[in-house]
Amino acid sequence: MPDYKVEVKNLDLFYGDFQALKKINFTAEPNTVTAFIGPSGCGKSTLLRMFNRMNDLIDGVHFTGEVYIDGNDIFAKNIDVDNLRKTVGMVFQKPNPFPKSIFENVAYGLRVNGVSDKHFIEKKVIDSIKKAALWDEVKDKLKKSAMELSGGQQQRLCIARALAVEPALILMDEPASALDPISTGKIEDLIFELKNQYSIIIVTHNMQQAGRVSDYTAFFYMGELVEWNKTKTIFTSPDDIRTQNYITGRFG
Amino acid sequence: MTRKQLKQIIAFNFFRLVSLMVVCILFIILGFIMLKGIKVINWEFLTAMPKDGMTGGGIFPAIVGTLCLIAGSMIFAFPIGVMSAIYMNEYLKESFLKKFIRTMTNNLAGIPSIVFGLFGMALFVNTLKFGDSIIAGSLTLGLMVLPVIIRTTEEALKSVDDSLRIGSYALGATRLQTISKVVIPVAMPNILTGLILSIGRVSGETAPILFTVAAYFLPKLPSGIFDQVMALPYHLYVLTTSGTNMEQARPMAYGTAFVLIMIVLILNLLANLIRRIAGKKTKMN
Repeated sequence: MPDYKVEVKNLDLFYGDFQALKKINFTAEPNTVTAFIGPSGCGKSTLLRMFNRMNDLIDGVHFTGEVYIDGNDIFAKNIDVDNLRKTVGMVFQKPNPFPKSIFENVAYGLRVNGVSDKHFIEKKVIDSIKKAALWDEVKDKLKKSAMELSGGQQQRLCIARALAVEPALILMDEPASALDPISTGKIEDLIFELKNQYSIIIVTHNMQQAGRVSDYTAFFYMGELVEWNKTKTIFTSPDDIRTQNYITGRFG
Repeated sequence: MTRKQLKQIIAFNFFRLVSLMVVCILFIILGFIMLKGIKVINWEFLTAMPKDGMTGGGIFPAIVGTLCLIAGSMIFAFPIGVMSAIYMNEYLKESFLKKFIRTMTNNLAGIPSIVFGLFGMALFVNTLKFGDSIIAGSLTLGLMVLPVIIRTTEEALKSVDDSLRIGSYALGATRLQTISKVVIPVAMPNILTGLILSIGRVSGETAPILFTVAAYFLPKLPSGIFDQVMALPYHLYVLTTSGTNMEQARPMAYGTAFVLIMIVLILNLLANLIRRIAGKKTKMN
């Protein structure tokens, strides 16, 4: 096994002429939660989207540098992008369940990846919904449309959907920013639970949230990865004055 | 009441009057056709061949002909239209090619239908030697409604939220899987609207079938796609302008118009029903 779940080497990324990421070097260990924090437009979501190559879908993005997941260069010629995205799950800012039944939402990832064994799918779906701490709320209405769920339930369904394809790494892009405090609490508890089995990278604007859920925190500012360290260290004795200013709320 | 308020009240009441007038016109047309046409509607009219120089009997072959042309043109135009809309909206990036295709499609929509008729005759009837036939007429009508289908399908696809596509890609789905399993089901109700619109147009157009398929008088049913047929709009034209006894044929003309309107209405209702059912299955919040 390689030492790092994720490893980024000398990454520069441009949107057209605008440099969104500057000489990023970063690693994440297995079974940890890393929080990306920083003011809007600092590049944290852009970096997150590198890990499952979502930036491929945006026109005008080009970059230099390397990104490894489990020791594999994900931009190597022989990498199958669809397969990569199966290995690297993603949960988005706004819950985006498919307008299908709750069951079909979770089964979707399996079906598109060629699984057709009914029993396996059923077991996997139930398993994933349980892992996402949603089972008690939906067990009687798996055939109902996912659109009938509340925002918080939809977001946990999206997490279940991501878990079903057994990702090695889960990316979360401000997963609780559109949710009420109670739903947010449930998502945070869930992240804490999931850490035992998965590596998680979460982008958040919420300092308390970063403090509560993460083992490591990385602070971004204007495309630079200013510093990253154990969350406790970042929050108590950051090296860089910019980090200190940000977490004490002096800007951003 | 202030002057400003008064102005506003007058203005909006005027707008109301105008929009009610539009509805009135529709009802007057429908009522007029119905009143004049319903007298001749009976079982014989709907199921029998025309007779006595088209002043008696029924319009059965014209009904069958129109249904054939609707089916034929849709079989041809719907898949092609939907597929090219998918290609343009889901695959092609903003580029010269996309702008070019879109401009050309819009231009195609602007061509008068009689020109389609002429072109259909030149290409399908003469060059490809289909003769005056269902297939030549269907292809001509299909060409005419292609832009409608492409445009409405494109709009339908555009209205599908991008977060659904991204969510699907993030689970390892290919672009094709995303389109077929997520995008199309969500867009389907609106795609069907395009289908309804084009069926409405196809069933009513006379010019494109004039030189490609429509028969003046053909009291038998088609036996294949290379046969000529009668069609309701053309039959209506014939009855009104060039029958052997136009005065006597007048009620038949109104009856034909009534049947034509009813066919379009029933197809619209049917498609609306399908749309509603499809829409319920994939309802967005």
